[in-house]
Amino acid sequence: MRLTQLPLRKPAYVDSIDWTLLSPAEGQRLREYGLCEGASVEALHHGGIFGRGPLACRIGRMTIAMRRHHAAAIEVRTGPGEDA
Amino acid sequence: MTALPLVALVGNPNAGKSALFNALTGARQKLGNYPGVTVERKSGRLSLDDGRPLEIVDLPGTYSLDPTSPDEQVTRDFILGKQAGERLPDALVIVVDAANLQNHLRFALELIALGLPTIVALNMVDLAARDGLELDANILSRDLGVPVIPTVAVRKRGLDHLRAELDKIITGGPVALRPSPDEKSFDAVRDEAHRIARAAIVRETPSRRLTAAVDRIALHPVMGLVFLLALLFVMFQAVFSWASVPADILEGWVTALGTAVTAILPPGIVHDFLLEGVVGGVGAVIVFLPQILILFFFILMLEATGYMARAAFMMDGIMARVGLSGRAFIPLLSSFACAVPGIMATRTISDPKDRLTTILIAPLMTCSARLPVYGLIIAAFIPARTVLGGIGLQGLILFLLYVAGIVGAMVAALALRLTVAKGNSSGFLMEMPKYQWPRPQDILIGLWQRAVIFLKRAGTIILATNAVLWVLASFPTAPAGVKQSEYSIAGRIAGGINVLVEPIGFNRDISLALLPTMMAREVAVSAIATVYAIDADQGEDAVSMELGDRLKGRWSLPTALAFLAWFVFAPQCISTIAVTRRETNGWKWPMFMVGYLFALAYVAAGITFWTATAAGL
Repeated sequence: MRLTQLPLRKPAYVDSIDWTLLSPAEGQRLREYGLCEGASVEALHHGGIFGRGPLACRIGRMTIAMRRHHAAAIEVRTGPGEDA
Repeated sequence: MTALPLVALVGNPNAGKSALFNALTGARQKLGNYPGVTVERKSGRLSLDDGRPLEIVDLPGTYSLDPTSPDEQVTRDFILGKQAGERLPDALVIVVDAANLQNHLRFALELIALGLPTIVALNMVDLAARDGLELDANILSRDLGVPVIPTVAVRKRGLDHLRAELDKIITGGPVALRPSPDEKSFDAVRDEAHRIARAAIVRETPSRRLTAAVDRIALHPVMGLVFLLALLFVMFQAVFSWASVPADILEGWVTALGTAVTAILPPGIVHDFLLEGVVGGVGAVIVFLPQILILFFFILMLEATGYMARAAFMMDGIMARVGLSGRAFIPLLSSFACAVPGIMATRTISDPKDRLTTILIAPLMTCSARLPVYGLIIAAFIPARTVLGGIGLQGLILFLLYVAGIVGAMVAALALRLTVAKGNSSGFLMEMPKYQWPRPQDILIGLWQRAVIFLKRAGTIILATNAVLWVLASFPTAPAGVKQSEYSIAGRIAGGINVLVEPIGFNRDISLALLPTMMAREVAVSAIATVYAIDADQGEDAVSMELGDRLKGRWSLPTALAFLAWFVFAPQCISTIAVTRRETNGWKWPMFMVGYLFALAYVAAGITFWTATAAGL
């Protein structure tokens, strides 16, 4: 399931990341925020009342805001996983 | 004199670097710019226990040595000794957030690999403990191979220990970068960081309870927006209501100074110049210091508590509709204080079109230099009563002026994104820092720096402009029966401008003030005060009558409202134009900015004047 579809506040793990959907700069920034396969992730808040705003999520111990098209590049799975 | 040993403070954004810098240096700080770029250089002095002084530089926060923005470039170049005009630092203090260890350690490893004498400050250990994380600094130090000092910058904990370690690693001998650092891949360094972090963690219960609880409200689609708007509303109400007492005191001092000038100096040209040009003009601006500091207080608090990133998150949806991102909201909110640092803050926006649009609309955010103008006109023409059950009418009008600037900026952004800055909207990626209660000293240092900048402006640009204006408005001396402000050189220039602005309701006072006001917006107040003081020489008592009362007798309400509307848009600030030229590398965009903003100002003032006149105000 994609990070955009993950229910709020349901802990999950990053399964895979489609880097081709992200620009090189966006990819680098997300890596620096600690996004990697196996990282723990949790969707926290959807922003915006006028249509679909950004998504706030926890990656590892960091809270990150990203737009939906970034979140759509991140495949997640719930259940047990390697904590990174 | 030999140069002091140079220590660079470096780390990820939100690691508490600036708080540590403030705690180490106190108020002994120097703000400047790196040559050629507009990134702010913050340096300060630190004395070791034996009294040896060090220079310590607070570098812009960055996530890696692979820069994506101009300020990250400065950090990289500085650390590698490649920044023009700087030498290789003698030591690095790497600041890492204890609660975000595995992430921050990756960058720390990258830095340690450079081979410079290094200390790691394991900062905010108290907040990490609050979030259920306990760390062993000794294990961390063993694995990293450098000293690790737990610190709590905001409580000054661990600072003595840090100073003692600095003493040990600064030998005074030459330092060099490791000649060929082994090239490790990003992923390899990250895995190593994870391994080291895990080894150092004694106990971990994953929770960010406070931050999570506050975010449930602050980031809620409805409640969060209501909270943000309420916060901004309180901020603008406070600017008026809290400032009145200190402003009255300052006003009293200015009046006393004027009386003293009259008492000490014999009547003559020096007396007139000091009373009308200096005390009357500059004094009229200085009384607005409390309002400006209150505004800066709110902005500093929003930044220091970590709320600013939440505001950016809340605004991203709206900003996306005009082709910008939530990230642009931060420079724009800073522009409420001053467009110059606001425009400089756009350097964190990586998309060039996004950045250009943000620069071009930044002057529409109501900066603190407009406050003296708004304050004067509102206090003189808007009655101090409450409407709609307890809301101050004056504060409400001020709020509406801010809203007008914001709406104007949003419309302008949309128009720019469809025309001159056409392109796809870029993304929005941002870290949301933990909430924390700022150290009062950090806020006070920020306010102190702002107060100094404001008073320097009053003592230089505003004083000089006013002095020139006083001369132009005082000579040649008008014959009896003719108004000095009309007969003088300035009066004649104003007569020319007046032809252009008469249709939008401006009188000769305003025409006279418009030209010197290009230097800085506050000059509008001091210029009008100076001219009135000169005219008053011919009859009224110069200092006893307050400027506001004088205005009431000379301006109609529609004229006053048109003047307010003009100031929402008019680009009357030479510093903003200069910084735009520097940031866009040429005259094209600043000229474009000046043109479109003056056009907007003219139309807005005209519509206000005609509407108010038609409504019989």
